[in-house]
Amino acid sequence: MAKSIVQEFTKGLWEQIPPFRLVLGICPALGVSTSVENALGMGMAVTFVLAGSNILISLLRNVIPAKVRIAAFIIIIATFVIIVEHLMQAYTYELFLTLGVFIPLIVVNCIPLGRAEAFASKNGILPSAADGLGLGVGYTLSLCALGALREILGNGTLTIWGDLGYNLTSVFPSFQPFAFMLQAPGAFIGLGLMLCVINAISK
Amino acid sequence: MGYFELIIACIFVNNILLAQFLGNCPFLGTSKKMETATGMGMAVIFVLVLAGTITWLIYTYVLVKFDLVYLRTIVFIVVIASLVQFVEMFLKKSIPALYAGLGIFLPLITTNCAVLGVCVLNIDKEFTFMQSLVASFAYAAGFALALILFAGVRERILLARVPKPLQDTSIGLVTAGMIALAFYAFKGMV
Repeated sequence: MAKSIVQEFTKGLWEQIPPFRLVLGICPALGVSTSVENALGMGMAVTFVLAGSNILISLLRNVIPAKVRIAAFIIIIATFVIIVEHLMQAYTYELFLTLGVFIPLIVVNCIPLGRAEAFASKNGILPSAADGLGLGVGYTLSLCALGALREILGNGTLTIWGDLGYNLTSVFPSFQPFAFMLQAPGAFIGLGLMLCVINAISK
Repeated sequence: MGYFELIIACIFVNNILLAQFLGNCPFLGTSKKMETATGMGMAVIFVLVLAGTITWLIYTYVLVKFDLVYLRTIVFIVVIASLVQFVEMFLKKSIPALYAGLGIFLPLITTNCAVLGVCVLNIDKEFTFMQSLVASFAYAAGFALALILFAGVRERILLARVPKPLQDTSIGLVTAGMIALAFYAFKGMV
Protein backbone atom coordinates (compact mmCIF):
# COMPACT_ATOMS: atom_id res chain seq x y z
CA MET A 1 0.00 0.00 0.00
CA ALA A 2 2.75 2.41 1.02
CA LYS A 3 4.57 1.71 -2.20
CA SER A 4 1.54 2.41 -4.34
CA ILE A 5 1.04 5.78 -2.63
CA VAL A 6 4.61 6.72 -3.48
CA GLN A 7 3.89 5.64 -7.05
CA GLU A 8 0.76 7.80 -7.20
CA PHE A 9 2.91 10.73 -6.13
CA THR A 10 5.85 10.15 -8.45
CA LYS A 11 3.79 9.51 -11.57
CA GLY A 12 2.89 13.21 -11.57
CA LEU A 13 6.55 14.16 -11.71
CA TRP A 14 7.41 12.54 -15.03
CA GLU A 15 5.11 9.81 -16.30
CA GLN A 16 2.00 12.02 -16.41
CA ILE A 17 3.55 15.45 -15.88
CA PRO A 18 1.10 18.21 -16.78
CA PRO A 19 0.90 20.14 -19.07
CA PHE A 20 3.14 17.98 -21.27
CA ARG A 21 1.92 14.40 -20.86
CA LEU A 22 -1.52 15.43 -19.72
CA VAL A 23 -2.28 18.21 -22.19
CA LEU A 24 -4.42 20.09 -19.69
CA GLY A 25 -4.01 23.46 -18.04
CA ILE A 26 -2.22 25.11 -20.94
CA CYS A 27 -3.68 28.60 -20.55
CA PRO A 28 -2.10 29.46 -17.16
CA ALA A 29 1.11 27.73 -18.24
CA LEU A 30 1.36 30.23 -21.08
CA GLY A 31 0.01 33.20 -19.21
CA VAL A 32 2.00 33.23 -15.99
CA SER A 33 5.34 31.78 -17.08
CA THR A 34 7.01 35.14 -17.72
CA SER A 35 9.22 34.59 -14.66
CA VAL A 36 10.08 31.76 -12.30
CA GLU A 37 8.55 33.69 -9.41
CA ASN A 38 5.10 33.93 -11.04
CA ALA A 39 5.31 30.32 -12.17
CA LEU A 40 6.12 29.17 -8.64
CA GLY A 41 3.22 31.15 -7.16
CA MET A 42 0.75 29.83 -9.71
CA GLY A 43 2.05 26.27 -9.31
CA MET A 44 1.59 26.39 -5.55
CA ALA A 45 -1.95 27.74 -5.89
CA VAL A 46 -2.85 24.94 -8.30
CA THR A 47 -1.22 22.32 -6.02
CA PHE A 48 -3.27 23.51 -3.07
CA VAL A 49 -6.53 23.41 -5.03
CA LEU A 50 -5.70 20.06 -6.60
CA ALA A 51 -4.73 18.35 -3.33
CA GLY A 52 -7.65 19.90 -1.40
CA SER A 53 -10.29 19.08 -3.98
CA ASN A 54 -8.92 15.56 -4.47
CA ILE A 55 -9.08 14.83 -0.74
CA LEU A 56 -12.58 16.27 -0.29
CA ILE A 57 -13.97 14.58 -3.39
CA SER A 58 -12.52 11.22 -2.38
CA LEU A 59 -14.10 11.65 1.08
CA LEU A 60 -17.48 12.43 -0.47
CA ARG A 61 -17.26 10.00 -3.38
CA ASN A 62 -19.89 7.65 -1.95
CA VAL A 63 -22.28 10.50 -1.10
CA ILE A 64 -22.30 12.40 -4.40
CA PRO A 65 -24.96 11.03 -6.80
CA ALA A 66 -23.43 10.01 -10.13
CA LYS A 67 -25.82 12.17 -12.17
CA VAL A 68 -24.81 15.49 -10.67
CA ARG A 69 -21.18 14.63 -9.97
CA ILE A 70 -19.65 17.11 -12.42
CA ALA A 71 -21.61 20.00 -10.92
CA ALA A 72 -20.65 18.86 -7.41
CA PHE A 73 -16.97 18.60 -8.38
CA ILE A 74 -16.97 22.08 -9.90
CA ILE A 75 -18.49 23.57 -6.76
CA ILE A 76 -15.93 21.83 -4.53
CA ILE A 77 -13.09 23.02 -6.74
CA ALA A 78 -14.51 26.55 -6.86
CA THR A 79 -14.61 26.60 -3.06
CA PHE A 80 -10.91 25.81 -2.84
CA VAL A 81 -10.16 28.40 -5.51
CA ILE A 82 -11.97 31.06 -3.49
CA ILE A 83 -9.93 30.08 -0.41
CA VAL A 84 -6.68 30.38 -2.36
CA GLU A 85 -7.80 33.67 -3.91
CA HIS A 86 -8.40 35.21 -0.50
CA LEU A 87 -5.23 33.78 1.06
CA MET A 88 -3.16 35.25 -1.76
CA GLN A 89 -4.95 38.58 -1.58
CA ALA A 90 -4.17 38.74 2.13
CA TYR A 91 -0.57 37.51 2.23
CA THR A 92 0.99 37.88 -1.23
CA TYR A 93 -0.84 40.88 -2.65
CA GLU A 94 1.72 41.71 -5.37
CA LEU A 95 1.70 38.15 -6.70
CA PHE A 96 -2.11 38.24 -6.56
CA LEU A 97 -2.11 41.34 -8.79
CA THR A 98 0.39 39.84 -11.26
CA LEU A 99 -1.47 36.55 -11.64
CA GLY A 100 -4.75 38.48 -11.86
CA VAL A 101 -7.49 36.72 -13.78
CA PHE A 102 -5.61 33.39 -13.79
CA ILE A 103 -6.39 32.70 -10.12
CA PRO A 104 -10.19 32.53 -10.46
CA LEU A 105 -9.57 30.63 -13.66
CA ILE A 106 -8.07 27.67 -11.78
CA VAL A 107 -11.74 26.56 -11.58
CA VAL A 108 -11.82 25.91 -15.31
CA ASN A 109 -8.21 24.78 -15.51
CA CYS A 110 -8.98 21.24 -16.59
CA ILE A 111 -6.47 19.53 -14.25
CA PRO A 112 -8.48 19.56 -10.97
CA LEU A 113 -11.71 18.54 -12.72
CA GLY A 114 -9.91 15.91 -14.77
CA ARG A 115 -8.30 14.36 -11.67
CA ALA A 116 -11.57 14.50 -9.76
CA GLU A 117 -13.33 12.58 -12.49
CA ALA A 118 -10.54 10.17 -13.38
CA PHE A 119 -8.99 9.48 -9.99
CA ALA A 120 -10.41 11.00 -6.79
CA SER A 121 -13.96 9.79 -7.40
CA LYS A 122 -12.71 6.20 -7.60
CA ASN A 123 -9.94 6.00 -4.99
CA GLY A 124 -9.39 6.38 -1.24
CA ILE A 125 -8.16 9.46 0.56
CA LEU A 126 -4.43 8.71 0.75
CA PRO A 127 -3.91 7.76 -2.92
CA SER A 128 -6.05 10.75 -3.98
CA ALA A 129 -4.02 13.13 -1.84
CA ALA A 130 -0.78 11.67 -3.24
CA ASP A 131 -2.13 11.94 -6.78
CA GLY A 132 -3.17 15.58 -6.29
CA LEU A 133 0.10 16.57 -4.65
CA GLY A 134 2.19 14.72 -7.23
CA LEU A 135 0.47 16.28 -10.22
CA GLY A 136 0.51 19.67 -8.52
CA VAL A 137 4.25 19.49 -7.88
CA GLY A 138 4.81 18.22 -11.44
CA TYR A 139 2.78 21.15 -12.81
CA THR A 140 4.78 23.57 -10.65
CA LEU A 141 8.04 22.11 -11.98
CA SER A 142 6.87 22.42 -15.60
CA LEU A 143 5.76 26.01 -15.07
CA CYS A 144 9.08 26.88 -13.40
CA ALA A 145 11.06 25.28 -16.23
CA LEU A 146 9.10 27.25 -18.83
CA GLY A 147 9.38 30.38 -16.67
CA ALA A 148 13.14 29.94 -16.33
CA LEU A 149 13.54 29.40 -20.09
CA ARG A 150 11.53 32.50 -20.92
CA GLU A 151 13.15 34.68 -18.27
CA ILE A 152 16.72 33.67 -19.13
CA LEU A 153 16.25 34.08 -22.88
CA GLY A 154 13.96 37.09 -22.68
CA ASN A 155 15.68 39.08 -19.99
CA GLY A 156 19.01 37.37 -19.32
CA THR A 157 18.25 37.10 -15.61
CA LEU A 158 16.81 34.61 -13.15
CA THR A 159 14.86 36.02 -10.21
CA ILE A 160 13.32 34.04 -7.37
CA TRP A 161 12.32 36.40 -4.58
CA GLY A 162 15.37 38.60 -5.00
CA ASP A 163 17.88 38.49 -7.83
CA LEU A 164 20.10 35.43 -7.74
CA GLY A 165 22.89 37.57 -9.18
CA TYR A 166 22.74 35.39 -12.24
CA ASN A 167 23.11 37.34 -15.42
CA LEU A 168 23.59 35.85 -18.83
CA THR A 169 25.31 38.96 -20.19
CA SER A 170 28.15 38.54 -17.67
CA VAL A 171 28.75 34.99 -18.95
CA PHE A 172 28.28 35.76 -22.63
CA PRO A 173 29.06 39.46 -23.14
CA SER A 174 27.61 39.45 -26.64
CA PHE A 175 24.23 38.06 -25.47
CA GLN A 176 21.26 40.15 -26.49
CA PRO A 177 17.98 39.32 -24.69
CA PHE A 178 15.17 38.16 -26.99
CA ALA A 179 12.48 40.47 -25.68
CA PHE A 180 9.89 38.51 -27.63
CA MET A 181 10.34 35.47 -25.36
CA LEU A 182 8.63 37.44 -22.60
CA GLN A 183 5.71 38.30 -24.86
CA ALA A 184 2.82 36.14 -26.05
CA PRO A 185 4.53 34.55 -29.09
CA GLY A 186 7.47 33.41 -26.97
CA ALA A 187 5.14 31.58 -24.61
CA PHE A 188 3.61 29.48 -27.38
CA ILE A 189 6.91 28.75 -29.11
CA GLY A 190 8.71 28.01 -25.82
CA LEU A 191 6.04 25.55 -24.68
CA GLY A 192 5.92 23.93 -28.13
CA LEU A 193 9.68 23.41 -28.20
CA MET A 194 9.73 22.06 -24.63
CA LEU A 195 7.00 19.58 -25.57
CA CYS A 196 9.10 18.57 -28.58
CA VAL A 197 12.18 17.98 -26.35
CA ILE A 198 10.14 15.90 -23.89
CA ASN A 199 8.66 13.84 -26.75
CA ALA A 200 12.15 13.26 -28.11
CA ILE A 201 13.54 12.16 -24.73
CA SER A 202 10.71 9.76 -23.97
CA LYS A 203 10.94 8.01 -27.35
CA MET B 1 -12.79 54.73 -24.43
CA GLY B 2 -15.26 54.76 -27.32
CA TYR B 3 -16.96 51.62 -28.54
CA PHE B 4 -14.94 51.50 -31.74
CA GLU B 5 -11.62 51.52 -29.88
CA LEU B 6 -13.02 48.94 -27.46
CA ILE B 7 -13.91 46.61 -30.33
CA ILE B 8 -10.50 46.97 -32.00
CA ALA B 9 -8.76 46.49 -28.64
CA CYS B 10 -10.72 43.34 -27.80
CA ILE B 11 -10.51 41.68 -31.21
CA PHE B 12 -6.93 42.46 -32.21
CA VAL B 13 -4.76 44.11 -29.55
CA ASN B 14 -5.84 42.05 -26.55
CA ASN B 15 -6.93 39.00 -28.53
CA ILE B 16 -8.28 36.58 -25.99
CA LEU B 17 -6.36 33.57 -27.33
CA LEU B 18 -3.12 35.00 -28.58
CA ALA B 19 -2.47 37.88 -26.17
CA GLN B 20 -4.34 36.89 -23.00
CA PHE B 21 -3.88 33.11 -23.27
CA LEU B 22 -7.46 32.18 -22.42
CA GLY B 23 -9.32 29.30 -24.02
CA ASN B 24 -6.28 27.44 -25.30
CA CYS B 25 -7.63 23.93 -24.70
CA PRO B 26 -10.40 24.25 -27.33
CA PHE B 27 -7.98 26.29 -29.44
CA LEU B 28 -5.65 23.30 -29.73
CA GLY B 29 -8.41 20.68 -29.53
CA THR B 30 -10.92 21.84 -32.12
CA SER B 31 -8.59 23.42 -34.67
CA LYS B 32 -7.68 20.36 -36.69
CA LYS B 33 -10.53 20.86 -39.15
CA MET B 34 -12.01 24.06 -40.51
CA GLU B 35 -15.58 22.89 -39.88
CA THR B 36 -15.12 22.16 -36.18
CA ALA B 37 -13.20 25.42 -35.76
CA THR B 38 -16.05 27.42 -37.32
CA GLY B 39 -18.63 25.59 -35.19
CA MET B 40 -16.70 26.20 -31.99
CA GLY B 41 -16.13 29.86 -32.88
CA MET B 42 -19.84 30.46 -33.48
CA ALA B 43 -20.82 28.62 -30.29
CA VAL B 44 -18.40 30.73 -28.26
CA ILE B 45 -19.74 33.99 -29.75
CA PHE B 46 -23.29 32.92 -28.93
CA VAL B 47 -22.63 31.82 -25.34
CA LEU B 48 -20.12 34.51 -24.45
CA VAL B 49 -22.45 37.40 -25.34
CA LEU B 50 -25.15 35.85 -23.15
CA ALA B 51 -22.78 34.90 -20.31
CA GLY B 52 -20.96 38.24 -20.31
CA THR B 53 -24.16 40.28 -19.96
CA ILE B 54 -25.91 37.94 -17.51
CA THR B 55 -22.93 37.66 -15.16
CA TRP B 56 -22.55 41.45 -15.27
CA LEU B 57 -26.19 41.89 -14.26
CA ILE B 58 -25.92 39.31 -11.47
CA TYR B 59 -22.69 40.79 -10.17
CA THR B 60 -24.00 44.36 -10.13
CA TYR B 61 -27.54 43.78 -8.93
CA VAL B 62 -27.14 40.75 -6.66
CA LEU B 63 -23.58 40.27 -5.46
CA VAL B 64 -22.63 43.90 -4.92
CA LYS B 65 -26.03 44.78 -3.48
CA PHE B 66 -26.00 42.01 -0.88
CA ASP B 67 -22.26 42.29 -0.19
CA LEU B 68 -21.46 38.81 -1.53
CA VAL B 69 -18.61 39.82 -3.84
CA TYR B 70 -16.32 37.13 -2.42
CA LEU B 71 -18.59 34.47 -3.94
CA ARG B 72 -17.91 35.77 -7.45
CA THR B 73 -15.96 32.80 -8.81
CA ILE B 74 -18.40 30.15 -7.64
CA VAL B 75 -21.48 32.12 -8.72
CA PHE B 76 -20.07 32.83 -12.19
CA ILE B 77 -19.15 29.22 -12.88
CA VAL B 78 -22.58 28.00 -11.76
CA VAL B 79 -24.29 30.66 -13.89
CA ILE B 80 -22.21 29.73 -16.94
CA ALA B 81 -22.79 26.00 -16.49
CA SER B 82 -26.55 26.37 -16.13
CA LEU B 83 -26.70 28.92 -18.95
CA VAL B 84 -24.95 26.49 -21.30
CA GLN B 85 -27.36 23.73 -20.28
CA PHE B 86 -30.33 26.04 -20.80
CA VAL B 87 -29.13 27.26 -24.19
CA GLU B 88 -28.62 23.66 -25.26
CA MET B 89 -32.18 22.67 -24.29
CA PHE B 90 -33.65 25.80 -25.87
CA LEU B 91 -31.83 25.30 -29.17
CA LYS B 92 -32.73 21.61 -29.30
CA LYS B 93 -36.40 22.45 -28.95
CA SER B 94 -36.80 25.66 -30.96
CA ILE B 95 -33.94 25.96 -33.47
CA PRO B 96 -32.92 22.36 -34.34
CA ALA B 97 -30.85 23.49 -37.34
CA LEU B 98 -28.61 25.66 -35.16
CA TYR B 99 -28.48 22.92 -32.54
CA ALA B 100 -27.26 20.43 -35.10
CA GLY B 101 -24.49 22.86 -36.01
CA LEU B 102 -23.37 23.86 -32.53
CA GLY B 103 -24.57 20.78 -30.62
CA ILE B 104 -21.41 18.98 -29.60
CA PHE B 105 -19.51 22.19 -28.88
CA LEU B 106 -21.94 23.60 -26.34
CA PRO B 107 -21.10 21.34 -23.35
CA LEU B 108 -17.39 21.97 -23.97
CA ILE B 109 -17.91 25.68 -23.44
CA THR B 110 -18.57 25.31 -19.71
CA THR B 111 -14.91 24.52 -19.15
CA ASN B 112 -13.65 26.98 -21.75
CA CYS B 113 -11.71 29.45 -19.66
CA ALA B 114 -12.24 32.20 -22.23
CA VAL B 115 -15.88 32.42 -21.12
CA LEU B 116 -15.23 32.70 -17.39
CA GLY B 117 -12.17 34.82 -18.15
CA VAL B 118 -14.10 37.44 -20.10
CA CYS B 119 -16.84 37.57 -17.45
CA VAL B 120 -14.19 38.23 -14.77
CA LEU B 121 -12.33 40.75 -16.97
CA ASN B 122 -15.55 42.72 -17.57
CA ILE B 123 -15.89 43.13 -13.81
CA ASP B 124 -12.20 43.77 -13.13
CA LYS B 125 -12.07 46.52 -15.76
CA GLU B 126 -15.22 48.10 -14.28
CA PHE B 127 -17.11 48.16 -17.57
CA THR B 128 -20.66 49.53 -17.82
CA PHE B 129 -23.44 47.25 -19.07
CA MET B 130 -23.11 48.38 -22.70
CA GLN B 131 -19.33 48.14 -22.56
CA SER B 132 -19.47 44.58 -21.25
CA LEU B 133 -21.96 43.63 -23.96
CA VAL B 134 -19.71 45.06 -26.67
CA ALA B 135 -16.51 43.69 -25.11
CA SER B 136 -17.98 40.20 -24.72
CA PHE B 137 -18.97 40.15 -28.37
CA ALA B 138 -15.63 41.54 -29.54
CA TYR B 139 -13.57 39.12 -27.42
CA ALA B 140 -15.63 36.21 -28.75
CA ALA B 141 -15.22 37.46 -32.32
CA GLY B 142 -11.47 37.64 -31.73
CA PHE B 143 -11.55 34.07 -30.43
CA ALA B 144 -13.41 32.88 -33.54
CA LEU B 145 -11.09 34.81 -35.84
CA ALA B 146 -7.91 33.38 -34.28
CA LEU B 147 -9.38 29.87 -34.18
CA ILE B 148 -10.41 29.92 -37.84
CA LEU B 149 -7.07 31.38 -38.98
CA PHE B 150 -5.26 28.74 -36.95
CA ALA B 151 -7.39 25.91 -38.35
CA GLY B 152 -6.57 27.08 -41.88
CA VAL B 153 -2.85 26.91 -41.17
CA ARG B 154 -3.17 23.59 -39.38
CA GLU B 155 -4.97 21.94 -42.30
CA ARG B 156 -1.95 22.79 -44.44
CA ILE B 157 0.48 21.41 -41.84
CA LEU B 158 -1.21 18.01 -42.15
CA LEU B 159 0.27 17.83 -45.64
CA ALA B 160 3.78 18.70 -44.50
CA ARG B 161 6.35 16.22 -43.21
CA VAL B 162 6.89 17.22 -39.60
CA PRO B 163 9.70 15.60 -37.51
CA LYS B 164 8.28 12.96 -35.19
CA PRO B 165 8.82 14.64 -31.78
CA LEU B 166 7.34 17.89 -33.08
CA GLN B 167 4.11 16.34 -34.34
CA ASP B 168 0.60 17.24 -33.23
CA THR B 169 0.36 19.52 -30.19
CA SER B 170 3.99 20.57 -30.33
CA ILE B 171 3.91 21.92 -33.89
CA GLY B 172 0.46 23.32 -33.07
CA LEU B 173 1.90 25.44 -30.28
CA VAL B 174 4.78 26.68 -32.43
CA THR B 175 2.31 27.60 -35.19
CA ALA B 176 0.14 29.39 -32.66
CA GLY B 177 3.29 31.30 -31.65
CA MET B 178 3.77 32.43 -35.25
CA ILE B 179 0.16 33.64 -35.45
CA ALA B 180 0.59 35.37 -32.09
CA LEU B 181 3.64 37.09 -33.59
CA ALA B 182 1.43 38.41 -36.40
CA PHE B 183 -1.16 39.65 -33.89
CA TYR B 184 1.66 41.18 -31.85
CA ALA B 185 1.96 43.78 -34.57
CA PHE B 186 -1.35 45.29 -33.41
CA LYS B 187 0.17 46.09 -30.03
CA GLY B 188 0.13 49.76 -29.23
CA MET B 189 -2.60 50.51 -31.77
CA VAL B 190 -5.16 51.47 -29.13
